[in-house]
Amino acid sequence: MSQTASAVHHSPKENYLNHQKTVWSWMSTVDHKRIGVMYLVTLAVMFFIGGMLALLVRLELLTPGVTIMGPDTYNQVFTMHGIVMVFLFLVPSIPAILGNFVLPMHLGAIDVAFPRLNLASYYVYLAGGALVLFGLFAGEIDTGWTFYTPYSSSASSAVLFLTSAVFVAGFSSIFTGINFIVTIHKMRAPGLTWNRLSLFTWSIYATSIVQVLATPVIGITMVLLFFEKMLHIGIFDPALGGDPVLFQHFFWFYSHPAVYIMILPAFGVVSELIAPFCRQPISGYKFVALSSVAIAFLGFLVWGHHMFVSGQSVVSSVIFSLITYFIGIPTGVKVLNWVTTMYKGSIWLKTPFLYALSFLFLFTIGGLTGIMLGVLAIDIHLHDTYFVVSHFHYVMMGGTVVAAIGGLHYWWPKITGKMYDEVSAKIACGLIFVGFNLTFFPQLILGSQGMPRRYHDYVEAFAGLHMASTIGSWVLALGLFVVLGCFVHSLRRGKPAPSNPWGAATLEWTNATSPPSPHNFVTSPIVTHGPYDFDAVEEIFSGDGASGDGSVQMDQPPSVAPSSSAS
Amino acid sequence: MSTTIASTEHDTQGGHGASHDDHPAFLQHHFVNADQQFDAAKMGMWLFLITEILLFSGMFVAYTVYRAWHPEVFLEASTLLDWKLGGLNTLVLLASSLTVALSIHYIQKGNQAALFWNLLITILLACVFLVVKYFEYMAKFEHGIFAGEGFDPHGVSHGVDYAKYNIPYAKQFFSIYFIMTGIHGFHVIVGIILMTWLLVKARLGHFSAAWYTPVELTGLYWHIVDIIWIFLFPLMYLI
Ligand SMILES: [Cu+2]
Repeated sequence: MSQTASAVHHSPKENYLNHQKTVWSWMSTVDHKRIGVMYLVTLAVMFFIGGMLALLVRLELLTPGVTIMGPDTYNQVFTMHGIVMVFLFLVPSIPAILGNFVLPMHLGAIDVAFPRLNLASYYVYLAGGALVLFGLFAGEIDTGWTFYTPYSSSASSAVLFLTSAVFVAGFSSIFTGINFIVTIHKMRAPGLTWNRLSLFTWSIYATSIVQVLATPVIGITMVLLFFEKMLHIGIFDPALGGDPVLFQHFFWFYSHPAVYIMILPAFGVVSELIAPFCRQPISGYKFVALSSVAIAFLGFLVWGHHMFVSGQSVVSSVIFSLITYFIGIPTGVKVLNWVTTMYKGSIWLKTPFLYALSFLFLFTIGGLTGIMLGVLAIDIHLHDTYFVVSHFHYVMMGGTVVAAIGGLHYWWPKITGKMYDEVSAKIACGLIFVGFNLTFFPQLILGSQGMPRRYHDYVEAFAGLHMASTIGSWVLALGLFVVLGCFVHSLRRGKPAPSNPWGAATLEWTNATSPPSPHNFVTSPIVTHGPYDFDAVEEIFSGDGASGDGSVQMDQPPSVAPSSSAS
Repeated sequence: MSTTIASTEHDTQGGHGASHDDHPAFLQHHFVNADQQFDAAKMGMWLFLITEILLFSGMFVAYTVYRAWHPEVFLEASTLLDWKLGGLNTLVLLASSLTVALSIHYIQKGNQAALFWNLLITILLACVFLVVKYFEYMAKFEHGIFAGEGFDPHGVSHGVDYAKYNIPYAKQFFSIYFIMTGIHGFHVIVGIILMTWLLVKARLGHFSAAWYTPVELTGLYWHIVDIIWIFLFPLMYLI
């Protein structure tokens, strides 16, 4: 199991990173692995922009009154933070980076079903990102990320760029979703039955269903909002006879399922992190797999819980509240099964597993506070307070981002062919965990005491907790920069990675080199075992499982001649 | 789903008549055989069509909500739409659905000439639809019936006094009408572009009984465009 034992493996001469070197070969690539890497770089930039905006928000709230900016600027900064983080980072995040890189390899496929569509979705995403950033500098958008009318219909016309951006970025999401669903249905290697799919694949599958079914609704909402602003069609703007609550229904019909677009892939990543580092199959595999699908479908029936105080009928509020409790059940099934997997496992405390543990702790807080907010009476009290802000940051940052960083550490050796420094990675993980809780736990208390969200100022009594939260945001940012430094160091100085440093049992580790060859596998894998059958790894792949057959056969001519066309 | 049992070797039956032992030119390298490629493309298209339906469903919801709130206004305003022209367009689109289906049928049999002519007729029918729509729109614009702000019905023609339609929420009806038919019309234009591209490729003999995936997919798309109109027509013109 040790890394040194397998470091003797000769690394392949040609891999997907070095077989073509020009910039154009990257920009025009249809290789899912390269597209994943391009997303990684682009999304890191977006995360940096969104994160800087977040730090500005927290800095303004360091002390009561004006600290660094006035209320109007503040409104714009938190709006842009929300829009960049939700639409440009969280929605694509795990599927676009890790999904693109890992999913076809988990299926034993050469590529996704539609490689050119995959590249197109990257450029469509870039176009959406460019529109957002243009809106950011064209300025004066202070609607909040939710674009509620009449704020948005009366705000500056830069909103037009933002609505177009969300519409365009939505297409990227739809393309990715369609691509992944078809890939999972049609591109599985021989022997890879549905019961042998990795849980990451299952969760990406559920996510893609939500992407395909929900995203068109935000698309048409943005189109209608666009025309509302351009032509004053009077659908959403009350001043013109329109109905703002209708807008909220439309918006949350997408945006609640979008929460699952953001968190379901994280569930998948966490399953992949927990199993190999406990050396046990995920307990209740089928329950964990199908709970993703259950969450995806139930997620379409709860959007009204964002609107308990909007004036919707009491009956619908009660129903939405009830279904919101139900959705806690499949989520709880997952958390319980992850914890059970650790029980009597051989736990190996590597960095990816530390992130998985962080995830379990933070996401559980995020999930339970979510159930609290689903309770009608409590929500009336907590609505639009920092309690809500803290809740969704525990889910989105503590859940999705922590899982994404953990997954990035886990697959880093496969993506780059280099190991990272374990000690500094663990320090970063600790800083993130402490910084995150220091930032957001005080916000739960602030919210329960009545601190409203989106306010630029606050009463003296809240000063202590706000200051703690801002200091926490610095610790969190420091942790994230240590992660960045750790990865940059790994790229420059990292030890070459063996093909299976974690002794995992999924195909990207067992049947491919690090980094993989341009066509992923030298020979198309024939799958004879489940994704977490660690006992089988030893006998099938010889030794400690760290020697995948990919690197061994690299010197022989491939038995399947890859077609020369790059299509 | 034979495609999931993918073989690594190239000795597959070579669906759609691909010759033994070699890659047909249309087969992309990451697929094992032509069947797998065709099934994947078709499934992808169906998923895309689901997103199209959901896109329109948002607008149908807006229509339903405003209709439920102001049924008498919608009833009144819809009498301004000419059901004869709408009905004509319905027939035109139905006919075009038939011809596009025929074009798929013929290329499956390897009949390239019939493919060409059926595609051409489909395109012409689609153009007829747009021309009729153009005249309908113009007749409305002439009397100040626009989507949104410019809404100001006036003038008299064919014995109809437009000014009396200047009632609250008639604007919402026409906003929804113009946006829904406008976005539908946009889909018709996209369909014309796609089919013109197919027409050129058909002329060059790119399609055969072994490979006609783009024809099949565009046909599916065109049926959806047709079906959406089938719902739009009665909701807007008739009731
Ligand atoms: Cu929600």
